[in-house]
Amino acid sequence: MTASPGAGLGAVAPGGGALVARPKGAGQGRRTSRNQKLVRFVVLLVVLGYLILPLFSMLEFSTRGDFDKATKSFPRSLQSYQAIFTYPNLIDGIVASLQIAVLTVFGMLLLLVPTMVWTVVRVPRMRRVIEFLCLLPLAIPAIVIVVGIAPIYRWMGQNLGAAGGSPLTLALIDIILVLPYSYRAIDSSLRSIDTATLADAARSLGAGWPRTILQVIVPNIRGGILSASVLAVALVLGEFTISSLLSFNTVQVVIFLLGKRDPFVSVAVSLAALVFAFILLFVISRFAPGADRRGQRATEEDSAA
Amino acid sequence: MTSTSPSPATTGHGVAVVFEDMHRWYGQVHALQGLSLDIAPGELIALLGPSGCGKTTALRALGGLDEVDLGRILVDGKDMTHVPANKRNMGIVFQAYSLFPNMTARDNVAYGLRLRGVDGATRKKRADEVLDLVGLAQQAGRYPHQMSGGQQQRVALARALAIEPSVLLLDEPLSALDAKVRRSLREEIRRIQIMVGITTLFVTHDQEEALAMGDRVGVMSAGRLEQIAVPSELYDRPQTKFVAEFVGLTNRIGGDAESGAGGGAPAAVSVLGARVELLPGSADRGHVTALVRPENLRLTRADDGAARVLAVSFLGSLCRAQVALRDETIVVAQMAASDSTGLYPGAAVNVGVIPAPVFAVTD
Repeated sequence: MTASPGAGLGAVAPGGGALVARPKGAGQGRRTSRNQKLVRFVVLLVVLGYLILPLFSMLEFSTRGDFDKATKSFPRSLQSYQAIFTYPNLIDGIVASLQIAVLTVFGMLLLLVPTMVWTVVRVPRMRRVIEFLCLLPLAIPAIVIVVGIAPIYRWMGQNLGAAGGSPLTLALIDIILVLPYSYRAIDSSLRSIDTATLADAARSLGAGWPRTILQVIVPNIRGGILSASVLAVALVLGEFTISSLLSFNTVQVVIFLLGKRDPFVSVAVSLAALVFAFILLFVISRFAPGADRRGQRATEEDSAA
Repeated sequence: MTSTSPSPATTGHGVAVVFEDMHRWYGQVHALQGLSLDIAPGELIALLGPSGCGKTTALRALGGLDEVDLGRILVDGKDMTHVPANKRNMGIVFQAYSLFPNMTARDNVAYGLRLRGVDGATRKKRADEVLDLVGLAQQAGRYPHQMSGGQQQRVALARALAIEPSVLLLDEPLSALDAKVRRSLREEIRRIQIMVGITTLFVTHDQEEALAMGDRVGVMSAGRLEQIAVPSELYDRPQTKFVAEFVGLTNRIGGDAESGAGGGAPAAVSVLGARVELLPGSADRGHVTALVRPENLRLTRADDGAARVLAVSFLGSLCRAQVALRDETIVVAQMAASDSTGLYPGAAVNVGVIPAPVFAVTD
């Protein structure tokens, strides 16, 4: 039997009009699309579950009240959260960690921004070297850093009085620890603008280096600076190893110690710290420069108009 | 081509600039090899040359954005060689869009005044005046990302002029723009430069731009200034092989050179049957290659002509014809469109040379 060309695609309608038959694969394609959607939904559900389940468990655990023998269950209660404020060590730890975070952010920005701008504008061949130095802390285990730096902290504690023994001195190490992350954030911002030309333009107009950096470069890499700051804060608030090994009572160390005495409060503080970080990220994303402002260059036709 | 008055320099209020034997090395690369140049007050000098010839290095050195290893830069008689960029009071317009993205056009223009401590009201007034000068008074409140490339470069020009600089430096400011905008903007820049009377150094690799805008055009090659002259002289009387070959279109046609006879008669070359005077600096003995401008070739339609037309290009008022000579050398002749009647691919023609002085080289 010989099939006429196109026999599988069309037929003649009884009324004489041509009918276009549904392609053979159409139903199958729709089914595939539905299956893909289902797979995507399942993957999303698994990922969300993976991320949210621990948080939900923390919330559930930290809001348990005293065991009710009558109902044989834990009633919901915020007493663990209220108890946070009854642990002076915990408050001190939170305050110390926040202070360290602020110092780290300022220290990191003071160190990184001028160095990176200078490198881009004046010595671009050093960019790789600076990048390597900034990424180095990723490759050095915390214990190695502590072993290396402990004698310096010992000396500071013995010779610089209260200031030398303050947990705030941890900012000196934290500045180094946050370099890899902060470098990346600031570097990508610097690459998104023509830093060298902007700096040249500012200087030709009469700006010295401090003004060039503060008034011209910094406002245009605000997004990168905010990202670098958030990462630094997140890292400082989560840093445990070095604080613990150097015996400084930061919030993570206190949470760890508290966990042995009162796990409910310990988990409540951890969850509160996470919520704080989320809020911080939200605030940062609100104040970061919008992507919509760039890339909408007017055309020459607009210009002519 | 924009018309340029022969010497507006004499009417300007700018300052004189002198480059004295400037040298600059980048590692092993000798970017400036003893560049010396005098710019008269109010003059616009266009530095022309291929990439890497040192023209931008010279401009950046004058602006203080790059250092000089040897030599001096004098501005209005003062040695500025080691003065930092922010103390030189020079306005620069860059090739890349250099407006500060976080500032409006007005704020960009007023930034230099802000650095000079000018009060807010005066700053705004002055910024609006200069924006008006470049035809962008209506765009004062716009951010750079809301403006076209041409508008941005005009704001950059306004920003450079707002500080009333001693010298205006233009570092290929038009090269990122499309042809139409480029042409109109270059005319605008020239108009404003003449109006303000500011000494200007303009760097470009575009011959048309350089010849159209410069009071004088300096051609650079490998860190050296090959020749500096008014555009017509540079085009008609090149002094070096590089200039002769780099500026404008040339045909390379073989000929026999003969030194001038005694009594100071100029050397000449016999090319395509015509005896043509050789420019100073040319090769003037034996077989040479004469560099003949397309407009100095004459085509005559003749059925028994020794040359053959390969292609004809219509360029509006002009016409260009590609022609194969008897020895298969391909040349380009340019003529008024009205003189191109009868020229078509395959047509037989005779090729003659107008006896205008030519530069000759030995291959």
